[in-house]
Amino acid sequence: MQNRGEFLQRDRTLQPPAFTKIYKTSVLRSPRQALLSLQNSLSEVTGPRFGHNELGPLDNDLILNYAKDGEPIGERIIVHGRVLDENGHGISNTLVEFWQANAGGRYRHKNDTYLAPIDPNFGGCGRALTDDNGYYYFRTIKPGPYPWRNYVNSWRPAHIHFSVFGSGFAQRLISQMYFEGDPHIATCPIVQTIPDADAIEQLVAPLDMNAAVPLDCRAYKFDIVLRGRRSTLFENRLEGN
Amino acid sequence: MPQDLTYLRETASQTAGPYVHIGLIPNQAGFDIFENNFSNTINGEGERIRIEGTVIDGTGTPLKDVLLESWQADKDGSYDNPDFRGWARAGSDFETGEWSIESIKPGAVIGRSGRMMAPHISLWVVARGINIGLNTRLYFSDEKEANKADPVINLVEQKVRRSTLIAQRGEGDGMPVYRFDIRLQGENETVFFDI
Repeated sequence: MQNRGEFLQRDRTLQPPAFTKIYKTSVLRSPRQALLSLQNSLSEVTGPRFGHNELGPLDNDLILNYAKDGEPIGERIIVHGRVLDENGHGISNTLVEFWQANAGGRYRHKNDTYLAPIDPNFGGCGRALTDDNGYYYFRTIKPGPYPWRNYVNSWRPAHIHFSVFGSGFAQRLISQMYFEGDPHIATCPIVQTIPDADAIEQLVAPLDMNAAVPLDCRAYKFDIVLRGRRSTLFENRLEGN
Repeated sequence: MPQDLTYLRETASQTAGPYVHIGLIPNQAGFDIFENNFSNTINGEGERIRIEGTVIDGTGTPLKDVLLESWQADKDGSYDNPDFRGWARAGSDFETGEWSIESIKPGAVIGRSGRMMAPHISLWVVARGINIGLNTRLYFSDEKEANKADPVINLVEQKVRRSTLIAQRGEGDGMPVYRFDIRLQGENETVFFDI
């Protein structure tokens, strides 16, 4: 049986609120009623588990997993890090999914009409399971920044989208990783939905030359922190007794 | 000075964006890359059901780029069944905004301090314009007595809002269909939880 401890209360002071005028699409898609606070039950502390048999051998290699007649254009990078909880424990065997634009800033998606070209050898998505210590890694092409319709001349900083499960449904998280030194981070309305400067810094991956492969690719390190579980179980009766 | 009290801080959420489909359901986005794709179908013993709905914005317009995930117990209300993974993922139709999940009806689940929770499915909603995933629950219209006693439904102070958590049972093609429209904003805004 998996760990059934309740989750620590989510720190809403660092999380973006639903309604953020600067990110215009949020205006009509944000609940206006207060969220109803719900103490965890089994429905929140449990969650789906995934196995290695569900993943293919190239799922964590975006340089090769859609290569048709050559390799994709762009800067070759490794992205690696750990999925941890707020107690600092690595979260093992959890699914991490990622998707991104190509080196020119274009997604392989029918709704993306940006004029930069599709790369015939780049799909732009992958996934990995963390190891026993919560460690994950994948190889890809560094995505390009791209324009979007928020203000007339808005550009997203280069980023990779991440989806992470953890071990309970209340840990479910989607976020974005940015790259150290990108000048668009400071002005991006989506980044700036986050009300806490340190929480923004936590989304910026540093260049990690120790994990680079000489004469092949550079590396960025990105740790992801999910909610922690309580380990002091007095008076926590999730189930009957 | 007391000892340091050091916890890591949760990573901040960011919107799933308009292209979440290529990451999480590339096959539904018309994009063949993985051998094994996650789907909107849950297999297992029990009464087969279909859930259909839309996610509606503050003008009453369905979102056509939304993604939902569901999590539920098995037909006996257990989350410990090794032969059952009660998880599904569904994207809305790019033209109509309709989404659907096929599953089995879950059993009642034991809740906090032994109070039974009515059969329900946990839902998580992400999309462009949603800064942090929204959590709600789907209950079943044909479980009136259990719903009346459910400790979570009863937390909703305004009774008029409780109906936003109840999916309406109808007849479908070979199995019952439950209709569950999620309203993000405005009249009849769905109850969302901070879990």
